Amino acid sequence: MKEVIHTPVPDIEEEEYHINMGPQHPSTHGVLRLVVSLQGEIVKSLKPHCGYIHRGIEKMCEKDTYPQIIHLTDRMDYLSAHINNHAVCLLVENALQVEVPERVKYIRTIIDELTRIQSHQLWWACYGMDLGGLTCFFYGLRDREHILDIFEESFGSRLLHSYYTPGGLMQDIHPNFQKRVKEFIKYFQKKIKDYDRILTGNVIMTERTRGIGILSKEDAINYAVTGPSGRASGFSCDVRKHYPYSVYDKVEFREVLFTEGDTLHRYYARMEEMRESMKIIEQLIDNIPEGEYSAKMKAVLKLPAGEYYQRVETARGELGAYCISDGNKTPFRLKFRSPNFSNLGVLDKISREHKIADLVAIGASLDFVIPDIDR
Amino acid sequence: MDNERLTERIRTLVPEAQLEENKQFLTLVIPADKFHDLAVNLKESEDTLMDYLFCLSGVDMIKHLMVVYHLNSTKHGHSVELKVKTENRENPAFDTVSDIWQAANFYEREVFDLFGIRFNNHPDLRRIFLDENWQGYPFRKDYVDEVNIVDL
Repeated sequence: MKEVIHTPVPDIEEEEYHINMGPQHPSTHGVLRLVVSLQGEIVKSLKPHCGYIHRGIEKMCEKDTYPQIIHLTDRMDYLSAHINNHAVCLLVENALQVEVPERVKYIRTIIDELTRIQSHQLWWACYGMDLGGLTCFFYGLRDREHILDIFEESFGSRLLHSYYTPGGLMQDIHPNFQKRVKEFIKYFQKKIKDYDRILTGNVIMTERTRGIGILSKEDAINYAVTGPSGRASGFSCDVRKHYPYSVYDKVEFREVLFTEGDTLHRYYARMEEMRESMKIIEQLIDNIPEGEYSAKMKAVLKLPAGEYYQRVETARGELGAYCISDGNKTPFRLKFRSPNFSNLGVLDKISREHKIADLVAIGASLDFVIPDIDR
Repeated sequence: MDNERLTERIRTLVPEAQLEENKQFLTLVIPADKFHDLAVNLKESEDTLMDYLFCLSGVDMIKHLMVVYHLNSTKHGHSVELKVKTENRENPAFDTVSDIWQAANFYEREVFDLFGIRFNNHPDLRRIFLDENWQGYPFRKDYVDEVNIVDL
């Protein structure tokens, strides 16, 4: 008789094994691959593999003129497209010492905050979905449509606008813009209460995320975790407060800070930020001064030789643009310090010793946009 | 600490540090072999406390390769820009600062990937964006772009 060979079954409770999460996994929100080392279902360590959508934007910028670069920045963090444009516009304006009209500053600030709200709405939608609340996804996307419609009316596009140009705006805002923004604020102030009712006060959600993925303030600074994720840990890093640009120094708003630094408080931080953004818009929307929508700029923009650094606060944190110019119409080197790339570095640290299902919650609370990591 | 006192402090630690004038930040060029000790000192000293490395960039200046560190103190609010340079294009290497600021771990991998600058004692120095088998370092100015990927 043939002898039956028993292959030893590995004891998965004891042994460490690896699984690939991504690059095509719904909870990584894009083409990010996480090699997760597991013991049972406990995460022992984790290695992110980036580069699936690396386009070399910084290298492309070296061949492009400054107005052309605006179009590339849209494609980094596409949910903060306007704010990315803002970074390059401010960089060029400060280098050329151009004073942009007040009207432009007001409009830019309002649109930046609308961008922040729609980005956080999409985050809220995905966060709810990742934790199993599919209703959130529909609610979030439904309300985001309102902002996208306003954008479409004024700039002609819904996602990648390239609306800001060095010196001002591509065109003036649509006559309906102010009316529709006010309508939206009124509408969303009601709807955000629904958000609270369905998810913020939800016992399942709060119990599942409280105390998960704790990031201390020291680590947040050490890993350079900025944006709402950093502020949930108590790291005061709001560029709008510390290095104000446009009209952020004229409006009143609160920098949302928590000290707990867990997944739940990263959630609270973003919810509060949406309310603060609405406050900023309310203060500005009726006071947009009349005037030109763009300063007079030369046809060919050449930055004086030197180095420039400009930072703005995107929906995910601090975006820095570091430019070295040699006096030509294209930059010699343009580096983008993207918030998601730094935030990704901390994922390994805060997800250790948690269950793999918690990793999904932690990932959702850090709000990654993968093209911003890879650039 | 204001810029003058900060310059003085850095000069006492590293006398060879060169000040670059007319820059947005206080900018100093530091000899590569003295950089790591200076970085530790700037981070640990109570009155400088540079705990936030907000940007780390590799630059190919054609004559030399350069790494630029943007540092900030979240407590005192002062910032400094430090540069290290090397003319060795064959095998450029600096000491890692990822043991001082964890954020540098990924930043340095990016610089290694795109500029080919090695960082001594880095815990996990691998390419981060490009394929393991990629030849050359595409962000260098002398990189020959055969597929013409940038001009497309």
